[in-house]
Amino acid sequence: MLGMKTKTCDVVVVGAGPAGLSAAEAAKSAGAGNVLIVERDAAAGGILRQCIHPGFGLKVFGEELTGPEYAERYIERAAAAGAELLTGTTALELRDRELVCASPSGIVNLRFGALVLAMGCRERTRANLVIPGARPSGIYTAGTAQKLINLFGDKVGREVVILGSGDIGMIMARRLTLEGAHVKAVVELLPFLAGLARNKAQCLDDFGIPLLLSHTVVDIDGVDRLTSVTIAPVDEKRRPIPGKEEKIACDTLLLSVGLIPENELSRTGGIALSPVTRGPVVNQFKQTSNPAVFACGNVLHVNDLVDHVSVESAEAGRNAALYAAGALPSAPAFPTVAGPGVRYVCPQSVVADGGEDVTLFFRTTLPGRRTEFLCTSGGKVLATRKSPRTSPGTMEQLVIPKDAVAALDGPVEVRCEHGEVLA
Amino acid sequence: MVKTDVLIIGAGAVGVAIAREFSKFRGRVLVCDRNDDVGGDASKSCSGLTSTSATMPVGTLECKIRTIAHTMVDVLCRDLDIPIIHCGSIAPVLTDDQMEQVPKLLDKAWQNGVWDYEFMPREEILEMEPTLNPAIRGGIYSPRDSQINQFLMVVAEAENAAENGVEFLLDCEVTGIETRDGRVRRVITTKGEIEATWVVNAAGLHCDDIAKMVGECDFAVHPRKGEFYVLGHDTPVKVKHIISSVPTPKTRGVLVIPTTDDNVLVGPTADDVEDKTDRKTTRAGLEEVRTKALEMVPGLCFADTITQFVGARPARVPEGYHILVSEKARGYVGISGIRSTGLTASLALGKYVVHEMRGAGLALERKVGWVRTRRGIVKFAGKSDAEKDALIARDPLYGKIVCRCEQVTEAEIVQAIRRPVGARTLDAVKRRVRAGMGRCQSGFCGPQVLAILSRELGIPESDVRKRGVAAFMLDHPTDNN
Repeated sequence: MLGMKTKTCDVVVVGAGPAGLSAAEAAKSAGAGNVLIVERDAAAGGILRQCIHPGFGLKVFGEELTGPEYAERYIERAAAAGAELLTGTTALELRDRELVCASPSGIVNLRFGALVLAMGCRERTRANLVIPGARPSGIYTAGTAQKLINLFGDKVGREVVILGSGDIGMIMARRLTLEGAHVKAVVELLPFLAGLARNKAQCLDDFGIPLLLSHTVVDIDGVDRLTSVTIAPVDEKRRPIPGKEEKIACDTLLLSVGLIPENELSRTGGIALSPVTRGPVVNQFKQTSNPAVFACGNVLHVNDLVDHVSVESAEAGRNAALYAAGALPSAPAFPTVAGPGVRYVCPQSVVADGGEDVTLFFRTTLPGRRTEFLCTSGGKVLATRKSPRTSPGTMEQLVIPKDAVAALDGPVEVRCEHGEVLA
Repeated sequence: MVKTDVLIIGAGAVGVAIAREFSKFRGRVLVCDRNDDVGGDASKSCSGLTSTSATMPVGTLECKIRTIAHTMVDVLCRDLDIPIIHCGSIAPVLTDDQMEQVPKLLDKAWQNGVWDYEFMPREEILEMEPTLNPAIRGGIYSPRDSQINQFLMVVAEAENAAENGVEFLLDCEVTGIETRDGRVRRVITTKGEIEATWVVNAAGLHCDDIAKMVGECDFAVHPRKGEFYVLGHDTPVKVKHIISSVPTPKTRGVLVIPTTDDNVLVGPTADDVEDKTDRKTTRAGLEEVRTKALEMVPGLCFADTITQFVGARPARVPEGYHILVSEKARGYVGISGIRSTGLTASLALGKYVVHEMRGAGLALERKVGWVRTRRGIVKFAGKSDAEKDALIARDPLYGKIVCRCEQVTEAEIVQAIRRPVGARTLDAVKRRVRAGMGRCQSGFCGPQVLAILSRELGIPESDVRKRGVAAFMLDHPTDNN
């Protein structure tokens, strides 16, 4: 159509959160001619904008920053590298070599040499857990409450129960306490913490907020606003134990029950997704089933630390630039397999190209002590590492040396052997 | 003191259909409802089925009204731009007991004039609907059963009635009715007193409470709770037809329904409860729905659930449709016993109630310039690139995607609020334009919709409600806990 705009870019990045910013900077630095970041929000920074607490940047910058400070550094780096940013623009649909976007100035079709998916993730909801009960107001996912408090300056409630010991839930327990609310309990279905141990120490223990492991919410009351939740302990099969219910009066329930990579855009482009991570299936270049499309950050798999996201996304951005220039190496690829004790491994395949070491990211299924991680292929140990303490909340890594990568001739397995299981 | 010719209590499907019928005539018509939005209790949370009278009790008023109403649905959808899908329904027969029911059901349908309600053998049914349990023995196919968007049906009728002069008083609960000299005189509400010549009780679940106020209550109403699951667009197994259990006298049982918005609706249960405010889902109820649905459609993927909810159908004791034009309290018209068949029936009920009132002496004079049609809010999602570009050129707010899951733009949300009988709560916005109806359940767009409502209504964010009188989204200054 006449009025519709088309633009051609070497690399297009979807999302100006930590993943997108880092990918764009790296793509530009790797020689891509024009790099464009598409962001639906009015400003860059993504979810970091609402994460006003400290704890970011220890690995990348060697100092402790708040979310907005961390974002600011990458916004500056991306801009300095020469990446262009288009805010207020939503990516609607991914076609083979074209991304359709909408903004108040109209529809624009972006033709790309390579694309980086960096849309992040969304929060699991009450419906995903099937929590029975009433549907009053006063029930928020933790991130939504964080946005209302930190970005909108709103007050969400006074008497609070938090379901799920994910990192955002624990951080919000502290935030709400600082805002004058009374956080009565953090309730966790699993027998162990879902988020990072340091967040439990800093956000719950320091404020005397009780953590109830192996408990869940079994009922919700309130015709208009929430008036109470009923919690109960669960048995080893995670079923509530009848007769042990306890009603807690509250006007607010926060849910911090997991994150799901936001891949609806990827789906419109027919990108193959992993049923475990729910992110695209990629090789070590972060390249998806469409060779021109790369993925990084929480859209790929949910990370624990933003520092990991930045590092991983820089690789994705650089490889996208190489692909756009026709310079990404190709070689036979072999799948990675999550062996005993491992929930998933990302990337899902390794291309036997010896240019660089390959880092495998993975999570364990159970917490443990004196754990050994092993990466093997055809009976040969490619990498190994020992850890005094592990938990599913922490993302683990193993590095396969480049010589071993070049010599690959079969599937790669990662497994984990606990000296002692802590479940 | 407000004066009106007709006051309709209840803005559910029945009340709004009566109001729209009255809007063709001269005279003042008010509709009041205790809820924040039209759609009542039952109408907005029902299955949205509009079926033939195949399974209705033969020879009853309910059957007659339903039969007539069903013929009126398509014209209403055309005139008022209401989404409907003509998908037909299949009741798979799985057991010997169900097989024994079949001849009786076919006979009843025949007597009710539904001659295209027929039994089909297994192979034919499975070819039509491959998602069904391969163990079925056959199924009853009912080609004229359809699925309507139940929210938009009531909203569309209300908007059209309002355009034709009907006034809506929402968040307005009736607390008393004064009668004098054998006539209704005035109605006391939480928003002041209303002097009314005619009072029509279309209060559904609460119609017994209203009937008591004029001494015309020889019945009781309780909620029959129905629990539902809604599955997301991307769920792998989607039905093409409405799949219904072989009906029993009490209920049509669990249904698996393709909706007008491309979701799969699964439910309901049918549990009689006492408490009229009870909208709680239960572990047992949801499990019952899941089990029964999986018996019929084994591939349904409940992991793709985006929400669960409860619908409350009014159950009258004793049962049966009752339209009372009172002798004892002249001017009072009581409608009761309109149960789960009421969404479809409402169309004929509107006509029937007005007809009965004319018979009782109400003189009506046709209005000049009555507007028959209404157009819905133009959706952004699903349009071609060029159509989307044209929408944005016309209104740049179409270029601001607020609800990413359902691709709903700010333009649609603003229209939902600004239209006659517009949305004033998050749930009302959601029902009109689907913002918050997707997989993240308003986690992402909720704060933005809250800000838009605050801006458009000129109220502080802390006064914005999810629904109802006091379901505030944020901490509210008036709560002194």
